[in-house]
Amino acid sequence: MTVQVVTANRLRDGVIVWLTADLGWSEEFTESRPLRDEAEAKAALEAAGVAVKARLVVGPYLAEVDETPEGLKPNSARERIRASRLPTITPDQGSWTGRIEG
Amino acid sequence: MYRYDEFDATFVAERVKQFRGQVERRLAGELGEDEFRPLRLQNGLYLQLHAYMLRIAVPYGVLSSKQLRKLAFIARRYDKGFGHFTTRQNIQFNWPELVDVPDILDHLASVEMHAIQTSGNCIRNVTADHFAGVAPDEIEDPRVWAEIIRQWSTLHPEFAFLPRKFKIAVTGASHDRAAVKFHDIGLKMVKNEAGEIGFEVIVGGGMGRTPAIGPTIRGFLPKQHLLSYLEAVLRVYNLLGRRDNLYKARIKILVAATGTQEFARLVEEEWARIKDGALTLPAEEVARIERYFQPPAYEKLPAISTELETAKRGDATFARWLKANTHAHKVDGYSIVTISLKPEGGAPGDASADQMDLIADLADEYSFKELRVTHHQNLVLPNVRKQDLYALWQRLAAVRLANPNVGFLTDIIACPGLDYCNLANARSIPIAQRLSRRFNDFQRLEEIGELRLNISGCINACGHHHAGNIGILGVDKQGEEFYQITLGGSSKDDSSIGKIIGPAFAIDQVADAVENIVNVYLEKRTGQDERFLETFRRVGIDPFKEKVYGNSQARRPAAE
Ligand code: SF4
Repeated sequence: MTVQVVTANRLRDGVIVWLTADLGWSEEFTESRPLRDEAEAKAALEAAGVAVKARLVVGPYLAEVDETPEGLKPNSARERIRASRLPTITPDQGSWTGRIEG
Repeated sequence: MYRYDEFDATFVAERVKQFRGQVERRLAGELGEDEFRPLRLQNGLYLQLHAYMLRIAVPYGVLSSKQLRKLAFIARRYDKGFGHFTTRQNIQFNWPELVDVPDILDHLASVEMHAIQTSGNCIRNVTADHFAGVAPDEIEDPRVWAEIIRQWSTLHPEFAFLPRKFKIAVTGASHDRAAVKFHDIGLKMVKNEAGEIGFEVIVGGGMGRTPAIGPTIRGFLPKQHLLSYLEAVLRVYNLLGRRDNLYKARIKILVAATGTQEFARLVEEEWARIKDGALTLPAEEVARIERYFQPPAYEKLPAISTELETAKRGDATFARWLKANTHAHKVDGYSIVTISLKPEGGAPGDASADQMDLIADLADEYSFKELRVTHHQNLVLPNVRKQDLYALWQRLAAVRLANPNVGFLTDIIACPGLDYCNLANARSIPIAQRLSRRFNDFQRLEEIGELRLNISGCINACGHHHAGNIGILGVDKQGEEFYQITLGGSSKDDSSIGKIIGPAFAIDQVADAVENIVNVYLEKRTGQDERFLETFRRVGIDPFKEKVYGNSQARRPAAE
């Protein structure tokens, strides 16, 4: 089975978050808890369900990742963009400039 | 422009109050996401890839400088300093926090704006010709009718839960700038033989998974019957439209399945029952709405401005902009100006808060405080004196807003795509950026001439790729981005749906493919006055295919 992680959006502000080893939520993809089998995935989703009920996050789901010597890597275009927490638009061009310095 | 009456003001204020309560209840746990989701969508609030997204209605694309300034304020205070103008003449903010949205809606209400009808299976914010009221080819000002439709459709109880979303576009001009044949209902103002003005009613066009050019179901509808006829169309759809399959729920599927004639018959049958009833528009009511759209206090000016002629001769860069970005006005001495939101390397349709403020100032100084949003994702100053054009251009050029590319290949329509959108297969904006850099030679752009290039990040086609002379569609291949290219689409009077050229391309291959396509056109055209579309229709897709894919299988991308 491929390795998976749980991800969701935070309810209050919509920010992308990842379920961490201690079943908390982090904005850093690299802090995701790797889920290596069905049982782990199921338990993680249950933990996420609790966070949904607690109004912390919305829409949790399992995302497949690659486990590499450098750590976990998202393995689709969508999850790479989510993990980077920003659009990929060149930061030195256009109106994006106004946003990037923050 | 239209000003809210007491009814409008009250219902918008009430809606904000309601939504504030709903957000509070959501955060307090009294509402779950399943209950809250439809409520937030009814107020234009989506949850996208990185954050919430608030889509704000700009009714028929008409915006005052005061409203634009408020949008700039919201961008700065609640978002990340910019907004994105969409192909539906709306504006989206990509980063609001849920907790701030009620306050944002309050700010919007203070300038007579809201985010209702920008989501969900209702009649969406009506769109119109962005040159409405100022175009020389206009039979009648469609804003009056768009406003009447807005009032009728907003919170229409019978049509709050249609099988699917429903989009209406209106044009009053002889040249279609509102893509009326690609809407659920397209209304085109026409004159009948007796010289009366009415509507040609086109039903069942659309983009998306199953693109369709809408057929005309009625050649002439007298104006006073507009609402009863629309109501009849909506009723037939509401009753017979499919609710079992999301992909078959739009009216275009119903019209195609029923047959145009039979569909028209069903509408006429329903219409016969409700015609001449409460929905018949009294002349006084139409006159009341018309008064809101009276022309501004135009000066009496000569058709030719000597100041302008001198400036044009003295400054070639200005002359280039003048040619591409200004358009004939119905009043002598005035021009319509398109402000391109497509700078080299920029995200199509994005405007920063500072740019919005500046454009609002320019609208105050030069255009009777009024602006338009185009479905090409540009802004328009509809009423500029010709003698002011040079000064205006200088102000725009100082802030990278004078790209002279309107109507050219780099005037690209692009949806937000995978950089923002939860439904996307692939990114759109980076493709637009690459193409705008690749083709940033204005002499070359002029040489190529009119060419519409549209990009959508998925089959929902918000980027109108089907209607692009060159269309680019993002597709997903095992989680990676690929791009399918279509040729020959058009949303103008000669509407057509683009044809797929062949297997999809990887992101790095797209600009080369477009370059090849353009080169084939330049090679094959009979002369500079044969537009891309005409050449394509004459020579067909094969020469393009050959050039793009060549004979070598090695160059052929793997994805189908
Ligand atoms: S076309 Fe697809 S990717 Fe683009 S904005 Fe629409 S839904 Fe999103």
